[in-house]
Amino acid sequence: MAAAELAVDDDILVKAAQWREAGRGVAIATVTETWGSAPRPVGSHLVIDEEGHFLGSVSGGCVEGAVVTDALDVIADGKARTLEFGVADETAWQVGLSCGGRIKVFVERLD
Amino acid sequence: MRLDLLKTLNAERAARRACVLVTNTATAAQRLVLADQIASDPLADELETALRLGKSTTVEKDGASYFLTVQVPPVRLVCIGAVHISQALAPLARATGFDMIIIDPRTAFATPERFPDVRVIAEWPDVALPPLGIDRYTAMAFLTHDPKIDDPALIAALKADCFYIGALGSRKTHAKRVERMQAEGFSDEQIARIRAPIGIDIGSVSPAEIAVSVLGEIIMALRKKPLRDDKITGVKAGVAA
Repeated sequence: MAAAELAVDDDILVKAAQWREAGRGVAIATVTETWGSAPRPVGSHLVIDEEGHFLGSVSGGCVEGAVVTDALDVIADGKARTLEFGVADETAWQVGLSCGGRIKVFVERLD
Repeated sequence: MRLDLLKTLNAERAARRACVLVTNTATAAQRLVLADQIASDPLADELETALRLGKSTTVEKDGASYFLTVQVPPVRLVCIGAVHISQALAPLARATGFDMIIIDPRTAFATPERFPDVRVIAEWPDVALPPLGIDRYTAMAFLTHDPKIDDPALIAALKADCFYIGALGSRKTHAKRVERMQAEGFSDEQIARIRAPIGIDIGSVSPAEIAVSVLGEIIMALRKKPLRDDKITGVKAGVAA
């Protein structure tokens, strides 16, 4: 199981489908744009369930906490949204995108 | 995203077919474009480019912004030879995300005891390879340096345009291999795609060290520029240079 949980992006999307089919509320977060030094490339996924369990990553662990929090709202209201994190952003300092890059993350509910 | 779209996307990837999920980032409207539907899609040119680069990206068209989630088949590593180097290579390949398959007709070598958790096919390559459908998303490492076993698979790898072809053996062994491939009708350019002696030259001695150098060479063929611009011709250019 350890290897599966480490998960390349491919496995993460398979897991997302399995979670949804098991009746869990699921959101998929995808890195859609990056500027400067961003730890994870465009197309990277983070999959979140309604209880805050998550797999994958959209940064090197810097902003996952904030993305999970927003993902819970997306699961609740079904409205997709785009999040932006960067050093110019007060929130980013708080959640710590310490690499100095900026990223855009699209978060959508799996229906 | 609709669950049925995601399931189709996952199934296409499992079947080793490329596809692109198109998302309008403002409206969240989505469609999944399968490989054979790309030419007739309104974003055909953009999809073609993204697929060729193998990278997800954002594109603008007619005032709308679309995110393209590009799915290309997972990269496989097929090793000819269930030898000591293959044993060392197996856990490294798994850790780096390669789907590894080992082929060796010698049943004393190709045993589950020697290769736990790896798919081992104890058949001659001409029997084992056709069902696997090797393609440009496949790396092939030739580790037996026995022409009887290696050559039929090498011919198949050259024909399939595998993104990486590496062969174990001294320069002298390789010179003979080159002669045999010329006799098979392959051009010098095609034969130049065979990396031999196999692996990056880091002075490897032990089987595990050779496995590291082989895997490093495979990752280089997959990732290093100019491969980012064009994975396939880039490999050719890299080898020819």
